[in-house]
Amino acid sequence: MKIEVLYFAWVRERIGEPRETVETEAATVMGLVEELKAREPRYDLAFSDLKSLRVALDQELTDFDASLAGVREVAFFPPMTGG
Amino acid sequence: MKISVQSEDFDLAQVLKGFGKAPNTGATVSFTGLVRDDTGMLEHMEIEHYPGMCEAAITTIAEEAATRWSLTDCLVIHRYGQLRPGDQIMMVATAARHRVEAFEAAEYLMDYLKSRAPFWKKEVTREGADWVAAKDADEEALNRW
Repeated sequence: MKIEVLYFAWVRERIGEPRETVETEAATVMGLVEELKAREPRYDLAFSDLKSLRVALDQELTDFDASLAGVREVAFFPPMTGG
Repeated sequence: MKISVQSEDFDLAQVLKGFGKAPNTGATVSFTGLVRDDTGMLEHMEIEHYPGMCEAAITTIAEEAATRWSLTDCLVIHRYGQLRPGDQIMMVATAARHRVEAFEAAEYLMDYLKSRAPFWKKEVTREGADWVAAKDADEEALNRW
């Protein structure tokens, strides 16, 4: 399946692009992260500490063990600093 | 209820003019956040945002506040893009029957906007640029609600 993957803040800077379309068979966010990390060092660097990352599926915050079934958009970013 | 995620500045007086006009309103509270420069080194701040999710997340937070404190009106404006020291970053306004509800709802909105609305701040100084890290205290602030 094809999924839009978005990156924000320093995750975007480490990966070097704001978004990309990823072809994946991963069942969960964690599975997708493992696939990306295996690709190139820049992904490994961006995903080195998952505790410092947040993930949203179709624009809703969730956890790394969430299922990707039916998901169109995944976003990875650091803890938010609004306000 | 009004939610706006925008790059342009806002005029506080203008925004509040039409706010909280329902006849059962007895109190309105507004809060404005500004770009602070603690060291005198800040050139500007970059606020990155996640279009779409920002509006959705703020709407969820505002609806929760409106229900919990029976607000008669509620407004959130949050800016993104390049801002300079002293610039307005965001504002919330709440209207309720009594002041306690209006104050509490405004604090709730602020606490949640800080850690649940997808914005990220980067401070650019003469010496370089750094992402502002989220504070443990901001996350802990949510526990009181």
